[in-house]
Amino acid sequence: MSTTSQNISFREASPMADFLRMERMPHIWCPGCGIGTVVNSFAEAVNKSGIDMDKLAVISGIGCTGRVAGYVNFDSIHATHGRAIPVATGLKLANPDMKVVVVSGDGDLTGIGGNHFIHAARRNMDMMVICVNNFTYGMTGGQLTPTTPQTANASTTPYGNYEYPFSLPFLADACGATYVARWTSLHARNITKSIREALNHKGFSFIEVIAPCTTLYQRRNRLGDGLDALEYYKEDAGVEKDVDTRDVGIDFQGDIAMGRFVKQDKPTYEDAVNERYANVLGDDYQLYGMSKPEREEKAKRKAEERAKVQATMDDEEAQMMAEDMGVDEEGL
Amino acid sequence: MRKTAADPKGVLEGAHFLDGDHAIAEGALAAGCRFFAGYPITPSTETAERFAERCPGVGGMFIQMEDEIASIAALVGGAWGGQKVMTVTSGPGLSLMMENLGLAVMTETPMVIADVQRAGPSTGLPTMPAQQDMMQIRWGSHGDYRIIALCPDSPQECFDLTVEAFNLSETYRVPVFIMADETVGHMHEKVVIPPAEDIEVVQRNWYEGPKKDYRPYQFTGKDVAPMVKAGDGYRFHLTGLTHDERGYPHLTVDQNEKVVTHLIEKIDSNADKIIQLDESEMEGAEVVVVSYGITSRIVSRAVQLAREAGIKTGSMRLITIWPFAEKRIEELSGKVKAIVVPEINYGQMVREVERSAAGRCRVVSVPHCGGAVHNPEVILDAIVEASK
Ligand SMILES: Cc1ncc(C[n+]2csc(CCOP(=O)(O)OP(=O)(O)O)c2C)c(N)n1
Ligand code: SF4
Ligand SMILES: [Mg+2]
Repeated sequence: MSTTSQNISFREASPMADFLRMERMPHIWCPGCGIGTVVNSFAEAVNKSGIDMDKLAVISGIGCTGRVAGYVNFDSIHATHGRAIPVATGLKLANPDMKVVVVSGDGDLTGIGGNHFIHAARRNMDMMVICVNNFTYGMTGGQLTPTTPQTANASTTPYGNYEYPFSLPFLADACGATYVARWTSLHARNITKSIREALNHKGFSFIEVIAPCTTLYQRRNRLGDGLDALEYYKEDAGVEKDVDTRDVGIDFQGDIAMGRFVKQDKPTYEDAVNERYANVLGDDYQLYGMSKPEREEKAKRKAEERAKVQATMDDEEAQMMAEDMGVDEEGL
Repeated sequence: MRKTAADPKGVLEGAHFLDGDHAIAEGALAAGCRFFAGYPITPSTETAERFAERCPGVGGMFIQMEDEIASIAALVGGAWGGQKVMTVTSGPGLSLMMENLGLAVMTETPMVIADVQRAGPSTGLPTMPAQQDMMQIRWGSHGDYRIIALCPDSPQECFDLTVEAFNLSETYRVPVFIMADETVGHMHEKVVIPPAEDIEVVQRNWYEGPKKDYRPYQFTGKDVAPMVKAGDGYRFHLTGLTHDERGYPHLTVDQNEKVVTHLIEKIDSNADKIIQLDESEMEGAEVVVVSYGITSRIVSRAVQLAREAGIKTGSMRLITIWPFAEKRIEELSGKVKAIVVPEINYGQMVREVERSAAGRCRVVSVPHCGGAVHNPEVILDAIVEASK
């Protein structure tokens, strides 16, 4: 992280101004850092999705990516290192009308916060988790994370990494996540679309975005600047359909399998709680004072809304296919 | 601050035969707590179990988290989601909670944490009592801060003080601890739960002004800003970083002084209002025994024996542990020969007594290792010795 005041993408006039806390600009991220792309895509996705911004909360942990919560114009919590997911879990369960989104780094979510990650996925907790995976602890100066590929140089593996890394889509899938996707920061349109899809998905959705940490990971590994990272993504990242998440691990500067790997319907934690209690207790069960007919009515309304959004997205996709745009490479 | 009667839904009115752990859960429900996140640990688990059993009928949410770190983190989210929230734990779990206790303190998030103390260090004696966490809750999270802690000596008080803990946490936007112990947690006694209209409950102070003017903090050192909940359009921001009134990071020494002074002063300047003591026969006492929690019940026997032996013995039970009753101890220290402080640890609160007495009278520590309560004779001997 540096304290540069460079502020290319979030000008006051930006169409994203509604979605960002403009009074907090300029942000802290380095030039060429991939985090900004994700924030832009997120704002755009929320914008396009037309969901009620008041009903969306963003929670981050600690790290360069952890600062996202402080820049987005939603109810937001910049929590402690690794604990964004349990904070989000508490908020969601205390206030089930909310949509909760966790945006954090690879170290935060899968190192110190790994336990929370696997359990939220296991519960199919209704939340979206976006992981900006830059293969390093950016905020603290480029140390090893659980995703750093073998042989890559980190400040705490100065002779090259010898640990086996996590492949995050596989981890999420194995733990029970019901939506799993991976993109790189080059593929902004795909990220946006994926976020829209995940926002509309009920259950634990996980989106990994491979993104450059220009200041530390790129430099330490002599990989050039942000543009060089995008070149690498352009060369070696490709959409894989129907791929097994066991096969999407990333070697140092190796191929990057992208795409939506998992999408399935499964009752969420809240659904399961409601169903179990209602089965056993009948009408005596009234979560936060809401009766069974009220709950059912609301669930129905929400399902209809989701179906509507899905239909418009399907239309757009069909149009995209017709135009043969495939993976979007805008931005190179 | 809005006080109302309790919501009758959560109040299990009547006379019951309950242990302290169960009474804590009933106190929480009576106080309006509708969100509980916890992780099992002896000797506190029964509170979580009772909440899990009772909450669907009351209309609350219970979740068993993956660990205590997650439990207290979920309380931060739950409180800003709009609910009154609680968790319960014991030593090892308490240690895991320390970092996010700091987040709760820093974001001024109301929550209640019951610590049913067992003997440590480490796994220690899981099924036996202790009073060894008194300093950990006060100093265990990094940085300077204040919390409130109450110490019940009976299942009845577990109920009463849990209601009080919620009221204090809402009034001062601060984590409040119930410092029970294994014996109080597991002893069964009569617990009378009054009708809902007789239970005074402090409701959350909701902000009602224009949305854009909302500030989650005011650093007055006296009172706290009203709260909002997620979803109501206020777009609040919270961070554990040093922050301004809007909640935005403001990383300067001056701002840090403002924030930390406020966190300390909002408790210290209201200490007289917060502190509850239970005193007996202080008039003309030569020796005063200062105790808290389960130890107070042993002390009452020792004090009775001392009085029978002709020693003018007063007794002061600390119901409020933090903030500490330093003014009252200071005052007493000018009048008595000695203050005797028995506790189930190697001398924790006695340091506060010594600090407050500042050499004006003798202060006698009566330590006891964790795992058992004192023998009243040991406390009696200390009183006799101190009276000489
Ligand atoms: C409990 C705790 N341990 C360590 C730290 C120091 N720390 C801050 S950010 C960070 C790593 C963040 O890495 P990542 O999550 O990958 O985010 P990035 O900065 O790369 O976006 C660490 C170790 C901390 N804040 N808290
Ligand atoms: S992740 Fe790397 S490039 Fe991005 S802000 Fe942090 S240090 Fe800079
Ligand atoms: Mg990282």
